[in-house]
Amino acid sequence: MRLTARYRFSASHRLATPALSAEENRRIYGKCNNPYGHGHDYVLEVSVEGPVGPDGLLVSREQLDTLIAKNVLARIDHKDLNTDVAGFAGRVTTTENLAAVIRAQLLDNWTLAPRLAGLRISETPRNTFSWESSR
Amino acid sequence: MFLTRKAEFSASHICAHPEWSEERNRAVYGANANPHGHGHNYVLEVTLEGEPDPVTGMVFDLRELKEILNQEVIDPMDHRFLNREVPPFDQVVPTTENLAIEIWRRVDERLRALPREQTAAKLANVRLYETADLFVDYGGPQCG
Repeated sequence: MRLTARYRFSASHRLATPALSAEENRRIYGKCNNPYGHGHDYVLEVSVEGPVGPDGLLVSREQLDTLIAKNVLARIDHKDLNTDVAGFAGRVTTTENLAAVIRAQLLDNWTLAPRLAGLRISETPRNTFSWESSR
Repeated sequence: MFLTRKAEFSASHICAHPEWSEERNRAVYGANANPHGHGHNYVLEVTLEGEPDPVTGMVFDLRELKEILNQEVIDPMDHRFLNREVPPFDQVVPTTENLAIEIWRRVDERLRALPREQTAAKLANVRLYETADLFVDYGGPQCG
């Protein structure tokens, strides 16, 4: 059985890498390189997989919500990814890298019985990034 | 090829284990254990897998799938109190997980009863949304 829950958070970021010149940054990242940053309403889908227990539940919704609130929402919601969020370690705050930061944070702090099976992050309704755990 | 058919139904339920104390039920299910129940607008997506028939070009007759879903899910469950009106939920806690398992059982039984010459399509997935932001996927007993 697989259960997927959807969460929302809003954050600002600016795409820029010191490895490239100002001109190259503008060429590669376009508007996302604008100097004062910009923001998105991100949508995060967290999927867990495992057997259903005698209570008829794969996972306690409350425990899942608490884990996500503590490890994702409290760290990222209404923050600036470039300045406020640990884990990027010099990496550009693309949604690809954001997904990796969230995945690492969740795997390091995972306390639930079912396994983390996948993550899916929409930066806007048109751009979505997903990761599936290999079994 | 996969074919997915969507259906909606609204039903009420109580998530509480009959053999457990009120305190334990509240600890496990939270507000879902409230004694007079509550409801959801469930959205069901049933996915079949098979090869398109070389003559009809269809994996499965969508009208027939609609009829099966109506008979097995919508007619018995829509606007019903699951615990009181829809067996086995007088015995089994009607969590979204258990509801997905029961829907799989009912639909799979109907598909298996069809003559093989009529369809080679098999049930591949039952996705059940309890709310727009929470859903389960069940791929059958072999997937746990």
